[in-house]
Amino acid sequence: MKRIYFDHSATTPVDKEVAAAALEYMTEKFGNASSIHGFGREARKAVDEAREKVAALIGATANEIFFTSGGTEGDNLAIKGVAFANRKKGNHIITSAIEHHAVLHTCEYLEKHGFTVTYLPVDEYGMVRIEDVKNAITDKTILITIMMANNEVGTIQPVKEIGRLAREKGIYFHTDAVQAVGNYPIDVQEMNIDLLAMSGHKFHAPKGIGALYIRRGVRVEALQHGGGHERNLRAGTENVPGIVGLGKAAEIAKQEMAKKVTYLGKLRDRIISEVMAKIPHVKLNGHPVERLPGNANFSFLFIEGESLLLNLDLKGIAASSGSACTSGSLDPSHVLLAMGLTHEVAHGSLRITLGRGNTAEEVDYFLEVLPEIIDRLRAMSPLFGESANTVVNNPCSECHMH
Amino acid sequence: MTAKPKVVVAMSGGVDSSLTAALLVHQGYDVIGATMQIWDSEREETDDRGCCSLSAVGDARRVADKLGIPYYVLNFRQLFQETVVDYFVAEYAAGRTPNPCIACNRYVKFEGLLQKALALGAEYVATGHYARIGYDDARGRFLLRKGVDQTKDQSYALYHLNQRTLKHFLMPLGEYTKAETRQLAREAGLAVADKPDSQEICFVPDDDYQSFLAAKAPASLKPGDIVDTHGRVLGRHKGLPLYTVGQRKGLGIAAGRPLYVVALDTDRNQVIVGDDNDVFASELIAGDLNYIAFDELTAPLSAAVKIRYSAREAPALITPQGDGQVRVSFETPQRAITPGQSVVFYDGDIVLGGGIIGKVVR
Repeated sequence: MKRIYFDHSATTPVDKEVAAAALEYMTEKFGNASSIHGFGREARKAVDEAREKVAALIGATANEIFFTSGGTEGDNLAIKGVAFANRKKGNHIITSAIEHHAVLHTCEYLEKHGFTVTYLPVDEYGMVRIEDVKNAITDKTILITIMMANNEVGTIQPVKEIGRLAREKGIYFHTDAVQAVGNYPIDVQEMNIDLLAMSGHKFHAPKGIGALYIRRGVRVEALQHGGGHERNLRAGTENVPGIVGLGKAAEIAKQEMAKKVTYLGKLRDRIISEVMAKIPHVKLNGHPVERLPGNANFSFLFIEGESLLLNLDLKGIAASSGSACTSGSLDPSHVLLAMGLTHEVAHGSLRITLGRGNTAEEVDYFLEVLPEIIDRLRAMSPLFGESANTVVNNPCSECHMH
Repeated sequence: MTAKPKVVVAMSGGVDSSLTAALLVHQGYDVIGATMQIWDSEREETDDRGCCSLSAVGDARRVADKLGIPYYVLNFRQLFQETVVDYFVAEYAAGRTPNPCIACNRYVKFEGLLQKALALGAEYVATGHYARIGYDDARGRFLLRKGVDQTKDQSYALYHLNQRTLKHFLMPLGEYTKAETRQLAREAGLAVADKPDSQEICFVPDDDYQSFLAAKAPASLKPGDIVDTHGRVLGRHKGLPLYTVGQRKGLGIAAGRPLYVVALDTDRNQVIVGDDNDVFASELIAGDLNYIAFDELTAPLSAAVKIRYSAREAPALITPQGDGQVRVSFETPQRAITPGQSVVFYDGDIVLGGGIIGKVVR
């Protein structure tokens, strides 16, 4: 069976060039970057070069890049690191209700350790409002952490404006940019960003490597102790193959950025316009314009997202209903609920996330298969028929947000 | 489309459902494996007692990988909470002794999974139960029969299946003994071939009802009097749900002769105890009936009747009461007939139907 991969927000294939670059640092140039001899120097040079490339992708300088194991570690280090290093200045943190669990659960952890956290709501498109950020700031606020692009609905947040506000108030601004880096142009200077977490496997580097950008002068406390790696901020022997891979992937992403954004945007727009035209009772989730180039997210009324996904899988199409992180569990997404969707509508969601390897033919096949599946599932749904002509409106007071 | 019929196998990670999947793959079905997620996956788990625990998912996934079939974990948490856990708690609160596994079979494993399977375009759902399903030309309907292995027969827990559901279910293990199943599983190279059978109620940690009910339904654990059959107070009980009809131990009464729980009186919040003789009764009234071998029971019928999973069948006369209930009159008195448990009627191997015991007639 033909297999089509439409789940690039979950992970991406490693670029062959990236894999080749990384492989060399496993087998041939295997030195420890901290060693004094030639093998070590060879590895150190590669790490330094990779740091330059990663910095260049986001408009930072190399000494502002700290390699991590991925997005979750970067978010933890940024949020807890800033909180612990700045607790004398205050104990208040501002975030949003639609963050990834790497941010939400870290904030919840800090709430158990003397910090208070404001979880900002979002509008119907999943966007944080600047006024809400402004109103949430107190004289105890030490950190604002708002994601750059949402992993489920793809909505791009007004990061630049939030950053400007934070800068004016002397508050640190962290952004979880895991979905955006490599897929959307970023300049940390222009966007007023103090800390930014990225993850390699979201842009064709291997899993298990990522980086945290920390603007020069921002105070962060280390969470992992040991050797003096990453300038005493992240102990542990450098993952040289991963770092080399991340550097190579960053280099390629920077070169291809404009082309990729245009290409994916076209495929995405075609999916959105045809799905909206071909299938009744469907809702586009996320912002119509301010969204990741490869992201389309729909709610199909009267059906369960789970059945839809499995049917697509049996047809060889890999999509998702939201975040891939809660394995097995297909509870309604906290993001969709925060955007005001009811449980019923949130349950019928489908996320398509495109990558540079996807083709127009794959999109054709998807658009051919999808309506058949939706028709069949709706024909079986007890909800469909009776209520197909009524608006689903059943606000659920029991929804809770993380 | 492919000509092979598509079947969703309910996989628990145990030997029975694993072999079921293997047999159907071997028979040429287009097999999809599925495990029902019925309980909070975020609960930390270090044991593997439940049939649907995280480690069960791991075992089932490995079996599916070995068989080369697609495998999914399906979310049934809300349905399970509503139809099994809430029922379990409510039944105890009403002084009955529920059988959550039957409720789970009926609403989750059969109705719920069948809906999901049909939504996947499958024609059948298969389970690893020791029971046989077949179409009977003479009667023009599907029949449910006991499994060939009388010691493992699970037809008691399946009496709620009906003509609509039976035609979509496959239970290939009904033709095998448990020993044959294990042998076939070993031959098929399934790593779970020698895994022990699961026993306890999967959602009650450590089988500790008291703590579970104290947390989920504290109102159901109201202390009250233990009385004899004449109403004389003999002691105190810690809440009706903690007592079962027929129980002898743990009453905390020194009476000089063995005492047994005879009944639970919810109106008076009393545990009624008596002699062993008092635990026996000859008649019961059952409701929530389902018949498989025929549509309705219109005249008295002699059958072999089973009052709990582990009970022996006993001959009885089943008489419809005209109000959706039946009176079951046994030839000889039966020990510890328990309201809330299922009563199932047999004719030889054939499951005629069954219902839920409402009350015991003395």
